[in-house]
Amino acid sequence: MGAWAIAVHGGAGVDPNLPKERQEEAKRLLTRCLNIGISALLSNLPAIDVVELVVRELETDPLFNSGRGSALTENGTVEMEASIMDGPKRRCGAVSGLTTVKNPVSLARLVMDKSPHSYLAFSGAEEFARKQGVELVDNEYFITEDNVGMLKLAKEANSILFDYRIPAIGTCGAGAAMDSPLQMNGLPISVYAPETVGCVVVDKEGRCAAATSTGGLMNKMTGRIGDSPLIGSGTYACDLCGVSCTGEGEAIIRSTLAREVAAVMEYKGLNLHEAVDYVIKNRLDEGKAGLIAVSKNGEVACGFNTTGMFRGCATEDGFMEVGVW
Amino acid sequence: MGWAIALHGGAGDIPLSLPSDRRLPREAGLRHCLDVGIAALKAHKHPLDVVELVVRELENHPHFNAGKGSVLTTSGTVEMEACIMDGKTKKCGAVSGLSTVVNAISLARTVMEKTPHIYLAFDGAEAFAREQGLETVDPSYFVTPENIERLKQAQEANRVQIDYTQPIQKEVKKDDAIGDGDSQIGTVGCVAVDNEGNLASATSTGGLVNKMVGRIGDTPIIGAGTYANHLCAVSATGKGELIIRGTVARDVAAVMEFKGVSLKEAAAYVVGQVPPGNVGLVAVSSTGEVTMPFNTTGMFRACATEDGYSEIAIWDSPSK
Repeated sequence: MGAWAIAVHGGAGVDPNLPKERQEEAKRLLTRCLNIGISALLSNLPAIDVVELVVRELETDPLFNSGRGSALTENGTVEMEASIMDGPKRRCGAVSGLTTVKNPVSLARLVMDKSPHSYLAFSGAEEFARKQGVELVDNEYFITEDNVGMLKLAKEANSILFDYRIPAIGTCGAGAAMDSPLQMNGLPISVYAPETVGCVVVDKEGRCAAATSTGGLMNKMTGRIGDSPLIGSGTYACDLCGVSCTGEGEAIIRSTLAREVAAVMEYKGLNLHEAVDYVIKNRLDEGKAGLIAVSKNGEVACGFNTTGMFRGCATEDGFMEVGVW
Repeated sequence: MGWAIALHGGAGDIPLSLPSDRRLPREAGLRHCLDVGIAALKAHKHPLDVVELVVRELENHPHFNAGKGSVLTTSGTVEMEACIMDGKTKKCGAVSGLSTVVNAISLARTVMEKTPHIYLAFDGAEAFAREQGLETVDPSYFVTPENIERLKQAQEANRVQIDYTQPIQKEVKKDDAIGDGDSQIGTVGCVAVDNEGNLASATSTGGLVNKMVGRIGDTPIIGAGTYANHLCAVSATGKGELIIRGTVARDVAAVMEFKGVSLKEAAAYVVGQVPPGNVGLVAVSSTGEVTMPFNTTGMFRACATEDGYSEIAIWDSPSK
């Protein structure tokens, strides 16, 4: 029997000027989610159930960019995506383009358990959700006032960034949005809503699992798929470890970041911490991203090359940590 | 060092008794596409252009499951997907859920070059295709009588599998159930390397016969059906769900890189990790090696290298 471990994240790429009370709010939510996960582990729920449970909680709370509180597309709508993977048999499920499903991660779980496929998207995924009887809500439910304001800022910032006659930084028009030269996914970081929530768990049987959920990128094109639902990019779990990533989706996809952590463990023989460091250092070209990971031995690790990542982790021996920077 | 190219038209349970009226047009198609690719490489086209060009030809060929000739969803519609990746820059583009775009692979290329994103799907992808002026047609263009018949047979054989109220029988033999057995889980793909070691990979498919509407397979998923980096380019085909789980295309590159083995060894190892009967792939390395392993009965495939070697085959030994 091994030791359990759990880690959660609420996205990488945090505005350095984020007000203290928002930081505290985020930490409280991460702590609450960790505690939900810990109780589930203590009552012997398998890792796959724990990651689903924790990500549901993160989706339901409007604070982070997933489920309620999701970032908006260029049309002002919400299109959510999620994936989940069970290490022992590498079974997996993913969904994209959801507009009415309250908890995308649970639909991903149903795709894994109840369909012959691994990945369903858009109207087909919505139809499957109705047939499975999962909780549906109006698209309005997901849209927060904060995000409507952010979309407006994103559009202003983009219109400046795409106009090459005007220097990108420090010009008038976009106001606060342009104060920071830091960018994520092509947006000034003060406009960028941290992408993605995720959870990785190893239970005391040594089973690893990972789940990731997101509203995607603020001002994204309709139909855009990011890294979160892509097995091997945003989410991966196998016998050795479970990994969930966040950050610049396109950089994560190009480097198949989640699988990469497992691959250097499997083929190079590195341990979890070495693997996470190696991948963050060597695999992200110019991209910015972060990840959380657990190994079958009960180790937990996180790594990021962004200005911050909302994250928390806990292990069976009583260690618990919640941080942003 | 030298250029090399490999392409496939799907792996699966292709019966050795495949009638010649089904075999010959596909062999001719493979030969034609191989010639197109070789000519492009000889004309010093970039591998990214070569794989796009070859996959467009394969998409236009009605006997392969991509573009015209795509298999049908459970609703009788076509939902195509494709993916392209450049080795050196690892830039990539992918599309899913297309119903009117003549050449899905060219839309994937356009997503890679003309959007800040990598992957567009369904209505958003269709709208983008129109905005970019790609050729579109009525969805009926893609539907062949053969595929209407295939869907009918699949639905008769698989009723239980698509009825969610029943317990799932995970390993229902969906291939064996279908009479002619050829290419119903097909996909087309091409990988190429030029004599400067530039690599590219492209894959395109209509997906799985009788698939659920909205189903995404391995083809458009970077690292699963398609992958290229500085070491090699890989395009996989077979049971999508297992290829996703095994991150098959990425793993060939990872095994080469982290274990320091040759392309052939890496590809053979990765194919061996997938349960028998489920996967095939074509791959080339930056040094001009080429390999085409599969653990299915057969795989429609072809390859050529600069030193004059060329092969067109379906089963284990090259067919006549």
